Amino acid sequence: MKWAVAVFPGSNCDRDAYRAVADVLGDQAVYVRHDASSLLGADAVILPGGFSYGDYLRPGALARFAPVMEAVRSFAEAGGPVLGICNGFQILCEAGLLPGALLRNAGQRFRCQPVCLRVENSHTPFTGRFHAGQVIRMPIAHGEGNYFAPPEVLDELEQQGRIVFRYCDPDGRATPAANPNGSARNIAGICNARGNVVGLMPHPERAVEPFMVSTDGLALLAAVRDWLQATSTSPPDGNSATGGVQGAC
Amino acid sequence: MLTQASWRAMGLKDEEYRRIVELLGREPNRTELGMFAVLWSEHCAYKHSKRLLKRFPTQGEAVVVGPGENAGVIDVGAGDTLVAFRCESHNRPSAVEPYQGAATGVGGILRDVLAMGARPIALLDSLRFGLLDDERVRHLFAGVVAGISGYGNSVGVPTVGGEIQFDSGYRHNPLVNVMCVGLLPRRRLTRAVAAGPGNAVVYVGSATGRDGIHGATFASDQLGRETESKRPSVQIGDPFAEKLLIEACLELVEQGFVVGIQDMGAAGLTSSCAETAARGGCGVEIDLDLVPQREEGMDAYELMLSESQERMLVIVRQGYEEHVHAICRRHGVPSVTIGTVIAEPVLRVRHRGQVAAEVPVHALTSQAPVYDPPAERPADLDERQSLDLAALPEPEDYNAVLLRLLGSPTIAEKAWAFTQYDYEVGAGTVLGPGRADAAVVRIPGTRRGIALKMDGNARYCLLDPLTGGMIAVAEAARNVVCSGGRPVAITNCLNFGSPEKPEVFWTLKEAVEGMSRACEALGTPVTGGNVSLYNEHDGTPIPPTPIVGVVGIVDDLKRVVGMGFPGEGLLVALIGETREELGGTEYLAVIHGLVRGLPPRLDLDLERRVQAVCGEAIAQGLIESAHDCADGGLAVALAECCLAGGVGVRVQLAFAGRTDALLFGETQSRIVVSLKEEHWLALQQLADAAGVPLVRLGRTAGRELVIAVNGATVIDVPLSAMDEAWRGSIPAAMGAGGEA
Repeated sequence: MKWAVAVFPGSNCDRDAYRAVADVLGDQAVYVRHDASSLLGADAVILPGGFSYGDYLRPGALARFAPVMEAVRSFAEAGGPVLGICNGFQILCEAGLLPGALLRNAGQRFRCQPVCLRVENSHTPFTGRFHAGQVIRMPIAHGEGNYFAPPEVLDELEQQGRIVFRYCDPDGRATPAANPNGSARNIAGICNARGNVVGLMPHPERAVEPFMVSTDGLALLAAVRDWLQATSTSPPDGNSATGGVQGAC
Repeated sequence: MLTQASWRAMGLKDEEYRRIVELLGREPNRTELGMFAVLWSEHCAYKHSKRLLKRFPTQGEAVVVGPGENAGVIDVGAGDTLVAFRCESHNRPSAVEPYQGAATGVGGILRDVLAMGARPIALLDSLRFGLLDDERVRHLFAGVVAGISGYGNSVGVPTVGGEIQFDSGYRHNPLVNVMCVGLLPRRRLTRAVAAGPGNAVVYVGSATGRDGIHGATFASDQLGRETESKRPSVQIGDPFAEKLLIEACLELVEQGFVVGIQDMGAAGLTSSCAETAARGGCGVEIDLDLVPQREEGMDAYELMLSESQERMLVIVRQGYEEHVHAICRRHGVPSVTIGTVIAEPVLRVRHRGQVAAEVPVHALTSQAPVYDPPAERPADLDERQSLDLAALPEPEDYNAVLLRLLGSPTIAEKAWAFTQYDYEVGAGTVLGPGRADAAVVRIPGTRRGIALKMDGNARYCLLDPLTGGMIAVAEAARNVVCSGGRPVAITNCLNFGSPEKPEVFWTLKEAVEGMSRACEALGTPVTGGNVSLYNEHDGTPIPPTPIVGVVGIVDDLKRVVGMGFPGEGLLVALIGETREELGGTEYLAVIHGLVRGLPPRLDLDLERRVQAVCGEAIAQGLIESAHDCADGGLAVALAECCLAGGVGVRVQLAFAGRTDALLFGETQSRIVVSLKEEHWLALQQLADAAGVPLVRLGRTAGRELVIAVNGATVIDVPLSAMDEAWRGSIPAAMGAGGEA
């Protein structure tokens, strides 16, 4: 399969995401610049972490206007799997592809640490290799990961099974102490109504090799292959290529 | 009209002004005077330290580029991949405006590594503050940490390690030393040279404003009551601009259009033009009207001296300017050709149709004054070195002493700070902060890694700078060894008071001598660094603080170890032996309020052998964890191994001297290791062959640290109590928010 990794000015986990899917997972991968109008025929797209446009104004607030987001929107509407990681999650919320917003962490400080997550929904393209209730481990690294949505939206997310991951303790309990940033109802990741667009604050691309906190991120990324095989829908292909970028060294 | 007041205000002495007139054969104009003032500052010219720094050994097998460039470069045996690294201080700006001071410190050192053609992959910070019971100190600590976090995280370079110490001597003058490490393919190695007349001088990066004018001069001045008014000397950082600049510059050097590249850091356009021209044996002519400006009406003086951030000077092969501009445009980075390399060795600056400055390049650089200041052993040193142990009562409750030491902010866990840093971006951090004595970062595409550590102990230097200098190098190297690295080169920041005071200069000289001896003994040449002198507040110097940054090679990333005991039932042993040494310890300072005595002795030959045994044991897979005995001695080291691993240990010690010296003395060349029983014989053979003492201490078990001395239990503390003291100390001091 082929992944597209979006690159906005200020993205800084783009190379890590690329390496995770291309070098570790062994899939095809291309970078897609912010000013591209096509996803170059990718089967799945990652909006990586970082500080797109410096996070100036608000995280993700400027990136939503980048031309590539039009392609991402069409791809998502056609049912293609979209994964927003950290800043990518913030961009998806700002672009209206996911509900809610990510506020400044409750403790007011950036937090970099491993966390436990409870998988709530194992039916998205990214969670098919987990089972509901499973506890997985990944790192977080963010200053604005405090998930917020009005109570009625949160209720709707709960009812529709759209909460994908919750922060929890090692035994799977979603306690206040296990919540690193003050997120409503310990929410770490959610999906859209159709389930194909998933955003999460933790970094799966930092949990893919033996020296890392876990390899649970690899299971998350690898699940997309299974999902693609299982679904007959073929995601829309873009038009002509308009500039992939290469990272140096 | 220039007056005595005008050059003195710029930090120049009367005789230095006379030298300028002599070199020029005329009076300088104000712009030229400003250019001399910044380039002849201690920060740029090393005029008081140059002769001393020559003492450092700089040759070694691994060294590709030594001192004199923007960063050192070494070959770590990872095929085509070289490692560039350097550290730099940003002390003075951080004292005035901690967030921006620290942030721009990070930005500057990133550009130094970038200028070698390297992609920055890791940052470390060595920080010093006063005591946390002082509100202003908490403001400085919180602000500096937030600044490092704000800049480093955004630019996407992980802050993988460092260290923080607290001492009243830094109350007004905190230290912020930042080290950056980068990787580059050999063919991309770039130097900061302006060579080849006709080549283009291209300005790349953010527009120039009035910020940071005379920052380098400020950095070479003392702090005092007027310091607040120096706030305009502090630069403002924009990590987003830096991120774009990094990507643009890497593509430029990759394409091969670049002759030379240099950060416009301290002294901005002046230093980048003059220093690249000096290295290239050429001159440079620039037109300031072409320089991107973000404020109106800036004069030549301001443009030449501005230290606006996120700017690089790039010397481009003739005819390739348009390619360069196209690449920069694609990355969203401004770039303008502002001049040309010329054969005549002068720096000629045009502004508004006139020559605003014209100065021989060497007058600004190699002909800067060099001083040989008088050195004098401090009169009170003998007094400080005397320590009457007989008058020092031994504590009755060793549990309480241990808990107090674990809660001492210098020893306590620093997670409050390092969890604010993204230490994993880049997905190459194998051992991050708090996990091992040194950080380990992978070299992508290989089994290899590099182990990194910054360290320094000012108390030892205060009491005996020769020994203190040796220990600074030895301890940082030992830390690298403990994580599985083989130390190959060092960088350093020398943070001292005014070199014009004979006692300060003597201390600096001794420390450099000590560091040099350790570097020679351990085979770790110096590839660069910086000096930060005049660290004084109202005439009182900071404690003498040489900070060492060590880079080590990890041959196989599977052979690295952390500091924590990884489980129960492991044998715990000490490589090295304990002497009765209490001088200069954290124990004496915290428990007895004494900063005196002689620091622990250091036998460099034993140190080398201890490091070799530990390194070999890790390489052979014989040991499960390794942790250096440092601040707080053996008892604190054991406690840290328990806390990091989440398991207790029962230890039996035999000692002929004082119990407090055994538990809390800081005898050098000691490493606590844990291992499986079946590896004991092999470890013993390694130690015997090297003539290194090795003692069995006990076994990991349970949830307590229990230490018996000569058969009697002196320490028996549950992990939970140690955890509270160690982890809780800094968060408690900083309050719930701990915000600046």
